[in-house]
Amino acid sequence: MSKLTRAEVEKVAALARLGLTGDEVEKLQSDLNLILEQWARLAEVDTSSVPASAQTIVQPMPLRDDTPHPSLDVEAALQNAPSRSGDFVRVQAILSEEADG
Amino acid sequence: MSVDLRRATAAQLRAGYRSGEFTPVEVVEKLLAAIAREDAALGAWLHLRGDEVRPEAAAAEISYAAARASGNAALDALPPLLGVPVALKDLVNMIGTPTTAGSKILEGYISPYDATIAAKLKAAGALILGKTNMDEFAMGSSTEFSAYKRTVNPWDRERVPGGSSGGSASAVAALHAPLSIGSDTGGSIRQPASLTGITGLKPTYGRVSRYGIVAFASSLDQIGPFARSAQDAALLLHTIAGSDPRDATSSATPVDASLLKLPQGDQAASALKGKRFALPKEYFVAGMEPGVEAAVRAAVAALQSAGAIIDEVSLPTTEHALATYYIVAPAEASANLARYDGIRYGASKHGGGDLLDGYLATRGRGFGPEVRRRIMLGTYALSAGFYDAYYLKAQKVRTLIARDFDRIWAAGYDAIVAPASPSVAWKFGAKMSDPVAMYLADACTIPTNMAGLPGLSTPCGLSEGLPVGLQLIGAPWSEAALLSMAAGYEALSANAPWRDQDPSDLAALGGAV
Repeated sequence: MSKLTRAEVEKVAALARLGLTGDEVEKLQSDLNLILEQWARLAEVDTSSVPASAQTIVQPMPLRDDTPHPSLDVEAALQNAPSRSGDFVRVQAILSEEADG
Repeated sequence: MSVDLRRATAAQLRAGYRSGEFTPVEVVEKLLAAIAREDAALGAWLHLRGDEVRPEAAAAEISYAAARASGNAALDALPPLLGVPVALKDLVNMIGTPTTAGSKILEGYISPYDATIAAKLKAAGALILGKTNMDEFAMGSSTEFSAYKRTVNPWDRERVPGGSSGGSASAVAALHAPLSIGSDTGGSIRQPASLTGITGLKPTYGRVSRYGIVAFASSLDQIGPFARSAQDAALLLHTIAGSDPRDATSSATPVDASLLKLPQGDQAASALKGKRFALPKEYFVAGMEPGVEAAVRAAVAALQSAGAIIDEVSLPTTEHALATYYIVAPAEASANLARYDGIRYGASKHGGGDLLDGYLATRGRGFGPEVRRRIMLGTYALSAGFYDAYYLKAQKVRTLIARDFDRIWAAGYDAIVAPASPSVAWKFGAKMSDPVAMYLADACTIPTNMAGLPGLSTPCGLSEGLPVGLQLIGAPWSEAALLSMAAGYEALSANAPWRDQDPSDLAALGGAV
């Protein structure tokens, strides 16, 4: 199995929304390649006729009565917000003028 | 006979409170004083509820006094853990307390609601002493990946307590609390229980509600008890177990009432006669310390002497469990941890540039090295072009791991008996630079999680003066049977010299800074 390049590590970091320094990217590249060597051994296992399991303790999907319940009140829900405006969480602008339209 | 209040089990505390021999206030004061004296050296606690728990203890004392005046029926009607101190791993939300999951990204976060198990513990009368240290987001096997502090092993201050529930394990081992709550995704209850010489149980997947628990890997995570006896672990499990309308993965399987009447002493030991144990040869391979193997094999011999039947068996997919886990768990973690975006709660580095810059800075700086590593692994395993080779392949191997165990139960075995950890507690730093070596620390516990099964670790001796844990793994929903067998082993080994030994560095904790 081929090794992860630095560019591939940077691509995965971008997908994961992790802002990394150059040193961190380098360390992760070597760590990930070590771990991928372990993963590669799974290719030895014959799974040609084996179904995948997302979970192994299979239970019926429970249904509950369709009745409303109170949820967290606004003040409690907002108490940990880093930035708020009245009863809203304040966020950075999502659209810039150039991207608009 | 007077009871040492630090050493008392929950069962002894309840008996003493009922009779009036001692009170919840005395116990809480004794434990808080020990914590104040020793935790600078131990490092088990991240948050203490000293101010809140004192009045709660006083209220419990009043309830006991009133019930005593009314007679046995009134005492019997009191909640089962009334006045019993419990520690929570710092990933259990409890209204009004900080919950950090050991991460800087949750620094300052105050829980706005109770996890279901926190509500159940309160309803059962438990006194929540505080929150305990852990590897960041439960990712680690030594608690060294906590963003906050180092937790030491009370058996040797130079060594790790195991992890990720290292704070909860050390708190119980160091006699700071009789009971604590941990979580086990790949061994994070059983492995630290083994390394600190206490009892820890990972219940069947779905046995305990996870509503309000910080999620790591949702197809694997389970919440469970730490205690200093099987009886106490059973009592705590009984309190927290059961279906929860707020957690669709919690099971409707009835909670076993026999957890409250676990056999003790000779009765527990004689119940081992005729029990069939499977001894998997794959758990005794490469890298296992000879002293650990010797202690585990001696415990197996003791079970055999008590009339249990021991057969060597094979679980052939065991060797692939570690790689399978390190695909499935990081993949699930990468999805679960996407919620830490610095917008709704937690540490935030938004404001300098655009929204993407805020995400990158918040997550890049807020997560520590192991969490970043796992998010990267998981994101890669799920990314376009690699999904089939890694994640789907791992899910298929997972099926094979589960089938290995199914064959054991189909053959009529009562439990699998194995080591809980391939080694005793290691020195700080020994595995920090090598992620694969750290991952191998969970080799004996991970297969159980992949199959969703219950497992426990019970102390079975010392190697080089450090605790060794015996692991019992059972069929789904067999926790009461496993704990009964552990109680039987406790009775068999009650007179072993290591049973009476306190953690070797316990006395030194009070004098050290």
